[in-house]
Amino acid sequence: MPSYVDPEKCDGCKGGDKTACMYICPNDLMVLNKEEMKAYNQEPDACWECYSCVKICPQGAIMVRGYDDFVPMGGQVHPVMGTEDIMWTVKFRNGNIKRFKFPIRTTAEGASNAYLDQKGASLDDECLLLESNLPTPK
Amino acid sequence: MALPNKPLGELDAVVNPEIKEHECDVLIIGGGMAACGTAFEINKWAPDDMKILLCDKAAVERSGAVAQGLSAINTYIGENPIENYVKMVRNDLMGVVREDLIYDLGRHVDESVKLFEEWGLPIWKKDADGETLDGSKPAATLREGGTPVRTGKWQIMINGESYKRIVAEPAKTALGTDNIMERIFIVKLLLDKNKANQIAGAVGFSTRENCVHVFKCKTAMVACGGAVNIFRPRSTGEGKGRAWYPVWNAGSTYTMCAQIGATLTMMENRFTPARFKDGYGPVGAWFLLFKAKVQNGLGEFFANSDSVKDELGKFMPYGASPVTPTCLRNHLMINELKEGRGPIFMATDVALNAFLDAKRAAGMDEKAVKKYWKHLESEAWEDFLDMSVGQAGLWAGANVEPEKIGSEIMPTEPYMLGSHSGCCGIWCSGPDEDWVPTVDGTRAHQYKWGYNRMTTVDGLFTSGDGVGASGHKFSSGAHAEGRMCAKQMVKYCRDNAGFTPELAQTPQELADEIYAPVKLYQEFVGASTSANVNPNYCKPAGIMMRLMKATDEYGGGVATYYMTSGKLLGICMDLLQLLREDAAKMGAGDLHELMRCWENYHRIWCVEAHIRHILFREESRYPGFYYRSDFPKVDDENWKCFVNSTFDPATQEWKCEKVKCINIIETDPWL
Repeated sequence: MPSYVDPEKCDGCKGGDKTACMYICPNDLMVLNKEEMKAYNQEPDACWECYSCVKICPQGAIMVRGYDDFVPMGGQVHPVMGTEDIMWTVKFRNGNIKRFKFPIRTTAEGASNAYLDQKGASLDDECLLLESNLPTPK
Repeated sequence: MALPNKPLGELDAVVNPEIKEHECDVLIIGGGMAACGTAFEINKWAPDDMKILLCDKAAVERSGAVAQGLSAINTYIGENPIENYVKMVRNDLMGVVREDLIYDLGRHVDESVKLFEEWGLPIWKKDADGETLDGSKPAATLREGGTPVRTGKWQIMINGESYKRIVAEPAKTALGTDNIMERIFIVKLLLDKNKANQIAGAVGFSTRENCVHVFKCKTAMVACGGAVNIFRPRSTGEGKGRAWYPVWNAGSTYTMCAQIGATLTMMENRFTPARFKDGYGPVGAWFLLFKAKVQNGLGEFFANSDSVKDELGKFMPYGASPVTPTCLRNHLMINELKEGRGPIFMATDVALNAFLDAKRAAGMDEKAVKKYWKHLESEAWEDFLDMSVGQAGLWAGANVEPEKIGSEIMPTEPYMLGSHSGCCGIWCSGPDEDWVPTVDGTRAHQYKWGYNRMTTVDGLFTSGDGVGASGHKFSSGAHAEGRMCAKQMVKYCRDNAGFTPELAQTPQELADEIYAPVKLYQEFVGASTSANVNPNYCKPAGIMMRLMKATDEYGGGVATYYMTSGKLLGICMDLLQLLREDAAKMGAGDLHELMRCWENYHRIWCVEAHIRHILFREESRYPGFYYRSDFPKVDDENWKCFVNSTFDPATQEWKCEKVKCINIIETDPWL
């Protein structure tokens, strides 16, 4: 189900130093054509369809079209990311539509505790941070 | 229209890249769950002046197997004795596992899960009435004693779309973004020039600019996942991207470590999961949460038939467990298919309607049933949308509503991995504690040599998919294992404070080797009017297809229902030899293609190790994952042992050997 880019919506992230889709794609598929200032998926048959580019695109310009070797045409699965939830719209080939909303995180972005000031006790046992009295097999 | 004899892509490669040199104490290679565990944990132990760098081929925020998200955490020990976790893993992997590593993982993994929840991962809970609350509802946390929603004994349900982003965030904060180098693909580890069998550095390149990066380090942790696109997939067009495991995992972990002499273990093991056909959506929640069953083409729910019980009886003690080992479940399914009783369908419709019927039978009115159905339907779709959107897309395209019709399931093409229901990987030291067995011999036979999760190469650590003979870690276990490595690497640096790494090759020599495909391409691209068809070089896309064809036809892929033999494996080895020679003639016109070239080197090497191990092990240890027609049985008498292999970088020779498998946890009762 490779991702594709709507040329009407893509603005090449305005030529910023970090094009969002290019920054995020785990498989290095999204690239920016600097002449047109538009992004595209350079290797659709290596797309895992993880939706990382779809979810991150600030313009909502990236969609997914089903793998052409086994998905019948006409369906569409598309998300809208919020800060706490994700909204999915699932459009079926026959036109039916289902919508789902799921939580994605319970804390504000950037709020996770990295325990920056805590140090472990002894390097010579197996306890990790916050652990003590590790069991051994009975 | 210009002739197509110029580089594709947007980032052209040049013949002479810039070279940047870096020095650090600790080098973390990879950015998935394991590497995030290391990045989070290490500054809790490291002195302030310790230099730690992390290199990721992608962006940490969404790299690795959890990039897309997950709908469950498959390893959370909770109320269970850790000993039972070891027994479950041991049985699922047909008896040949490192119980020390598994037990050790079991005692650390829950702490990782509790941290995930604290960082913001929504974890489903049970309320006082036993009803399910999704992870955003107020409930006691795991640390406070909250009750997670168990599906199986070890799995808990989550709202995990942003799982990786949540875990990446504190990892990046802890390490500091200045110490994280993204889009750097490390392709080779480097031994020390003076001290034998000691890691001294690594080399890789940027996929964003023409630059080779050379690192010197005292210790390194390699966690770059398993291996995908190594056997011909069932979908060979666009759909080959829809691999079950992340399509960007190219066997880099195994290959890079093996090439400098790290001993590998159980590389014969592979995983061919049975998943929803084509979309490869997960089946765990369907089996465990929704209690769905599989039907053969005759409509029979064959799993409980007498003939199946007889068949499982051939694989004792493994076949007797309440949860049949994953490979044997495949074996039963393959038997149905080979007998012409396919297709195999997951009866999603029967399962979902059983829930509704049960509510009606309990007196629930139709309005309430309708509301309950909305909730159930949402849970069913979330399972796909959190971790395998492609499956939802396939259902949408095919007008499949799971309450109305079942869906076909099918064993996939084989994958290599060490953290899911597979256990190939690198032979590592267990914890330096008395309960871990002491064994004489070389490190390839020992269970501990001072630093937990260190490979047989001094200073080289691995975790997640890298650690062999210890499967069923999954996302949480990989993170915990990465955390273990963090502490051990700091300890290694402390104990070896006098060591100063020195590389045997010059940075220029390394850069020349890495950019060889670019040089070849530039030299010869003009010899043809098409850049992709040239007598002087081959493109990585073609080499990958050639590898997958060889393994599929001779190495026990889907083409032969996973059947191979000594004769076929011999042919496969011959083809791999030619492939290795020709891989040196890969050409790359742009940086993306250069990445694909190096991924292929890694794939070919780890597949060679896989085939060597299958050849050496003269039995069929994992029926349903692969079969040897010349040794079709599980032979506990002769082969209930590890197979370890070591490549000697000095002589360039492989050595395969049997290694004793020692039980630490009681064997009676077996489960």
